[in-house]
Amino acid sequence: MTTVERAAASSAAVGTPVLDVRDLSVSFTTEGGTVSAVDRVNLDLASGEIVGMVGESGCGKSVTAMSIAGLLPDSARVSGSVRLEGTELVGARESVLRRVRGKEIAYIFQEPMTSLNPVLTVGRQIGEVLQVHERMSKRAARARAVELLSLVGIPSAAKRVDNYPHQLSGGMRQRVMIAMAVACGPKVLVADEPTTALDVTVQAGILQVLRDLRDRLGTTILVITHDLGVIADIADRVVVMYAGRVVEQAPVTDLFAHPYHRYTAGLLAASPTPGKHAGTERLQEIPGLVPVLSIQPDACTFADRCPAADARCREAAPPLEAVGTAVTDHLAACWHPCPAPRTQPQETTA
Amino acid sequence: MARYLLTRAWHSALTLLLSTVVVFLGVRALPGDPALALAGEDRSPEALEAIRHHYGLDQPLPIQFAQYVGRVAQGDFGVSIRTGIPVSSMLTTALPVTVELSLLAILLAAALGVGAGVLAAVRRGRPAEWLANGLALVGLSVPHFWLGLLAILYLSVAAGLFPASGFVPLLQDPAGNLHHIVLPAVILGTGLAAIIMRQTRSAMLEALSSDHVRTAKAKGLRPRAVITRHALRNSLIVVVTIVGLQLGGLISGAVVTEQIFGLPGFGKMTIDAVFQRDYPVIQAVVLLTATAYIVINFLVDLLYSVIDPRIRVTGEPA
Repeated sequence: MTTVERAAASSAAVGTPVLDVRDLSVSFTTEGGTVSAVDRVNLDLASGEIVGMVGESGCGKSVTAMSIAGLLPDSARVSGSVRLEGTELVGARESVLRRVRGKEIAYIFQEPMTSLNPVLTVGRQIGEVLQVHERMSKRAARARAVELLSLVGIPSAAKRVDNYPHQLSGGMRQRVMIAMAVACGPKVLVADEPTTALDVTVQAGILQVLRDLRDRLGTTILVITHDLGVIADIADRVVVMYAGRVVEQAPVTDLFAHPYHRYTAGLLAASPTPGKHAGTERLQEIPGLVPVLSIQPDACTFADRCPAADARCREAAPPLEAVGTAVTDHLAACWHPCPAPRTQPQETTA
Repeated sequence: MARYLLTRAWHSALTLLLSTVVVFLGVRALPGDPALALAGEDRSPEALEAIRHHYGLDQPLPIQFAQYVGRVAQGDFGVSIRTGIPVSSMLTTALPVTVELSLLAILLAAALGVGAGVLAAVRRGRPAEWLANGLALVGLSVPHFWLGLLAILYLSVAAGLFPASGFVPLLQDPAGNLHHIVLPAVILGTGLAAIIMRQTRSAMLEALSSDHVRTAKAKGLRPRAVITRHALRNSLIVVVTIVGLQLGGLISGAVVTEQIFGLPGFGKMTIDAVFQRDYPVIQAVVLLTATAYIVINFLVDLLYSVIDPRIRVTGEPA
């Protein structure tokens, strides 16, 4: 049994995996040649789990998310396997994918300003999903849309249902997006930067709605973000991506308490911690940028930015292995994992 | 919404009045004396004076204008200097021809242009797009009087598919009417179709790559629903604008097309009137054209607000 399989088995013990991603690789054909965006990513989502996927811009988070339901443009080449309760989605026919999209796997996108159609009422846009997947009449779909709007905490939903997106605030629009996403009771909800474009106060409300959905409907949620605060707030488990690879994966408290991968440690050091950074200490940045790769090298892709890198890091890619002693579901892909806990086990993440 | 409509209608009325003034003065600024044209052989000062008096041309301009506006308001455009027939009755025979020709041309151009534009955007980089682009280039660059002559030569004379000229009123013989008018309408619509196609294509390309179309796909909608409901509808605003702007070109195009196909419409009437300095007819023609412009612009504005809720400017607050 490999460590990956062990990790999968251990989370399967928590609940049955709803979504099982194996060796997912995505590359794009562009005018400048091939660009590898995702490299052999493994990911499993247990039922009712909230998994946070974190990393810098350009590290392949969104591409991974989009490839789950086959939403990438034609220029993308996808290999590997994405199974939704046993149904293979990579390479599946469009008609199969259409039945999955919106019904089994639903999406929430970053920009609530542009992700809604400006010329249709929100009720119509929510109702559309129900008409397609639940074969509801227009009238029934509208009535259900009102219920959904109140479910996601929109006041006077019966009035709002006839509003156009431009008549709503950013937070309300994102709630509409969520209402639309959960309309058919999807098994998996993929939230791609759901709070990035919103005010902090509005952000907390949106995260609360997502948590409620998991608690009430048992929806499995994959939250993609570059904001560690969001991860700490909502996720049960964290997957850290770098340059198209999963470099570390752990339950949220473990990760914040003891990041093993140098990249994760760098990310955490770059986030302000109350008390520590309020005074004298400066935030630490990670020097350099995420590389754009045409092929995935057999080496650690973080080596060029890593303080601990040596010859070995540039010669062989570190496997994603169990690290630490007590916990087995903490995996990291690093030849030189951080030795000791960065800080005391955190109260700040609670 | 009601206030917006009222404001918009008031602006239209004002523009209409101004265009009446311009039309009235413009015609009088044309070189040449209509009395001379009417007098024919007898150019004695007495005869000219009598003619001027008969047509009110000896009155001061403001009085002529006031009389003119008063009559126009009652639907009386005066009597043609050339033929002696009331202009209003000339219009009732000529106007339906031009209106039918233009409407049909717009309908054909819109159907063809929007269809080809959508196809070109959806099938980007494939033969369908190249074909649509090529046809649009031809439609834009070939002058339609030449295209009209070719059509008459090959389709009417050689193949005998359509009558080469002439016209049958719609109410008298609908099928014959359509048979006569469809070819001129196609010819008149080609340029417009090409422009609409190109605008639709670029608007669709932008719409198809927008976030809300991604959302629509993520909802599991069929491609047809994504394209029509979520991309095309948002692109239509561009198309409506273009159609509105191009209508001027369409009206002048109709003049030429009517000449080529011998249709007894507005165009023929206008050309005859200009050559004869037939003031009442020219005034009526220009005024009606201006009115058509104003009305169409008003309709375009209305359509905007139907298509895009964000343009319901003074609508109820959110």
